[in-house]
Amino acid sequence: MLDDFLVRAALAGTGLALAAGPLGCFVVWRRMAYFGDATSHAAILGVALSLAFSLSIFIGVLVVALAMALLVLALSERVYAMDTLLGVAAHGALALGLVAVSFLSGIRIDLMAYLFGDILAVGRVDLAVIWIGAALVLVLLRVRWQALLLVTLNTDLAAARGYDARREQLILTLALAVLVAVAIKVVGALLITAMLIIPAAAARSFAKTPEAMAVMAAVIGVISALVGLAVSFQWDTPTGPTIVVAATLFFVAPAFAQLTGTRH
Amino acid sequence: MRPAKRRDLVSLVCTQGVGVRFGGRRILRDIDLSIRNREIVTIVGPNGSGKTTLLRVLIGAQVPTEGKVVRKAGANIGYVPQRLAIDRTMPLTVARWLRLSGAPKAVDYQHMAERVGIAQLLGEQMGSLSGGEFQRALLAQALLTQPALLVLDEPTQGLDQPAIASFYRLIEAVRKEIECAVLMVSHDLHVVMRSSDHVICLNGHVCCEGPPTVVSAAPEYQALFGFGAEGALALYRHEHDHSHDHADEADSRVG
Repeated sequence: MLDDFLVRAALAGTGLALAAGPLGCFVVWRRMAYFGDATSHAAILGVALSLAFSLSIFIGVLVVALAMALLVLALSERVYAMDTLLGVAAHGALALGLVAVSFLSGIRIDLMAYLFGDILAVGRVDLAVIWIGAALVLVLLRVRWQALLLVTLNTDLAAARGYDARREQLILTLALAVLVAVAIKVVGALLITAMLIIPAAAARSFAKTPEAMAVMAAVIGVISALVGLAVSFQWDTPTGPTIVVAATLFFVAPAFAQLTGTRH
Repeated sequence: MRPAKRRDLVSLVCTQGVGVRFGGRRILRDIDLSIRNREIVTIVGPNGSGKTTLLRVLIGAQVPTEGKVVRKAGANIGYVPQRLAIDRTMPLTVARWLRLSGAPKAVDYQHMAERVGIAQLLGEQMGSLSGGEFQRALLAQALLTQPALLVLDEPTQGLDQPAIASFYRLIEAVRKEIECAVLMVSHDLHVVMRSSDHVICLNGHVCCEGPPTVVSAAPEYQALFGFGAEGALALYRHEHDHSHDHADEADSRVG
């Protein structure tokens, strides 16, 4: 079964979406979208370093994404204009990555594959890495769920209960770095944030509790991945972007229905 | 009712020489205080006097730059924050909010919701509540943690007079049932003076402290708030002319 590249692609997309949905809810609730961008754009630099030092792409991306996330986190405690800082970090990291890749003269590298993903080229090992990473993210979120929700709502309230806001923030940061590392093969560095935010945002209008939103986000993500894969296979469109377009339709459709509904 | 000997009671949290600096600014200095079992302690003080910072130190949200804080082991702190901005992107029903207290059984939080008068709102979104209902939901969650100490930071900010009066009556009533200590920051001086066991007048440091009658007569207090003891007493006498029970106030939703 795993011999079929389409099956592997479907499984890869499903694994990523299952973890990206719930984690994406926190990205949305905590307004970390730019934080996600900074972390995921740094992945290209991770790719360059992995190739230069013949490391696994997963390890290289994980290390660089984590380093970037921690750097931004540390700076954010001292600097106030957070969006500017994150904008600098996100685009600076991307540009640095692209420049670094250009130095790798001896190696042929398909840059597009890392920027927009290459889900159809996912191998068995990639698949294992994706599912292990996704499972790790889900376990982290499940174990710390209560604390993460309280810290997201109000850090003082969480502190009164004995939860450390910094620690929970670090857990989210770690989860985000792992997700970026497993997602780069599937949707590419530029669209990882899309897989985090769009299913979560689409789930918002259907959910009454945080848990329901997390589950809905995962479901919407999985459906988008499968629909996007099918569509891109049918019409030969780039797969990663097609998946993101499918997720976007989930977000747009209810908003559109609401808009036309209120006019009557 | 009022403990005659404060010293004999168990201290739930106490500070020794606590000071806090943010950057170069000294927010708090030389704070030595102690909150004891079952007493109601109120912190009063002008804006910027460090009230919220002091509460944050006491609940463990702010590490003091000087001195130390000792909390009694195993004593839960129920905290009602001054503001709780729930991002509109997070769906949260009142029932789910109450379950965030960690109360394991549905019976517990349903009973608590009834007790504070929000039972009919359990299925509603937190964001759709009125100011008074929202404060009750915050209080209910704090109480569900079975606190030995209930900490409230200006809990009636933004409420109208009837809602303020009924909120304080509710706190007094549930406090007797749960037998917890209460520590609050408040600007409602007349209520404070009526129902506190101990008042701490804060302005970066402890200006004066003691039973309400002693504090309201203290020159430091009068200088800080700009009126004589009869000012507070006049407000205090005023307070007696309402007595509704808490059910009939549909709170600020109507008002």
